[in-house]
Amino acid sequence: MAHDKVLFEILIRLADDHLVLGHRLSEWCGHAPMLEEDLSMPNMALDLIGQARSLYAYAGEIENRGRDEDAIAYLRTEPEYKNLLLVEKPNEDFAHTMLRQFYFAVFMEEFWKEAISSSDNTLAGIAGKAMKEIAYHIRHCGEWIIRLGDGTEESSRRMRAAVEVLHPYTDEMFDHDDVVAAAVSAEIIPDPLLLRPRWEQGVQTVFKAAKITMPNDYWALRGGRAGQHGEEMGFLLADLQYMQRTYPGMTW
Amino acid sequence: MNKETPVWEVFIRPRTGLAHKHAGSVHAADEVMALQAARDVYTRRGEGQSVWVVRSADIVAFDPADKDELLEPSADKIYRHPSFYNIPDDVGHM
Repeated sequence: MAHDKVLFEILIRLADDHLVLGHRLSEWCGHAPMLEEDLSMPNMALDLIGQARSLYAYAGEIENRGRDEDAIAYLRTEPEYKNLLLVEKPNEDFAHTMLRQFYFAVFMEEFWKEAISSSDNTLAGIAGKAMKEIAYHIRHCGEWIIRLGDGTEESSRRMRAAVEVLHPYTDEMFDHDDVVAAAVSAEIIPDPLLLRPRWEQGVQTVFKAAKITMPNDYWALRGGRAGQHGEEMGFLLADLQYMQRTYPGMTW
Repeated sequence: MNKETPVWEVFIRPRTGLAHKHAGSVHAADEVMALQAARDVYTRRGEGQSVWVVRSADIVAFDPADKDELLEPSADKIYRHPSFYNIPDDVGHM
């Protein structure tokens, strides 16, 4: 596979993860359980969407077909989005939202740590900025998971329910396919399999404090990387793409 | 919610060398979450170099009912203001 094609595909996957998760977090704006979290979640959403913008803009450059970040972010069809299923899962409740963010952030921190020495200089630059932002996401969501998991009867029940629903979606982060293999051998990205023990350790540390058992018997769910999404994705995209579809080329 | 998440007062130091200034308050379950809430609510536009949080209940304050004896006596002592000196022009702005 040609180098640029691999790089483009990797950038799209990463950018889609960040855009979709950022969009999900932004859905909490005005609906959070308390004012403090009503600002905290959009803060994190803005971090993610900022990272997505850099990645889309660079992907457009690599593709070299005249698509800018908006065209890629807003004007594709559902199967062209290559985000993990994990990040498109609905918010459900605060426990689901914190856990989904935490699973992703722990993975991305390990990913960026390695990507900072990527053979691709632009990706390495994006990694440097993203690492600081993602570190706060881990800290914030981790503290909430501890307090909810080891909190009241209800908070603990909800946290456990979230783990049961979301944990099967975490395997997809470590999946290998032709694109990942080519990108790893070109040293564009770290081998996700090497990140897995570090991810498990990071999650385990928080789960232990939260008195949550790490599931080990589950049926792993995947498909997003191949463009096969869950039922919720269409509704998410309808919301996300509305403005550009209705008023093509609109800018602020 | 107020019992589980008490109020914390937030103090922010805008720049090195300046004093921490009261910025507002947040609700949080404990000091770790209070600092994070303070960061999320009050430092979104680069306002701060340093953030303090103090549990509101730990702040000891004047009883407003005592203001006659605590605050009133200073009202007529204008000589405490350094406004009776002639500042030489050479000194410039003070």
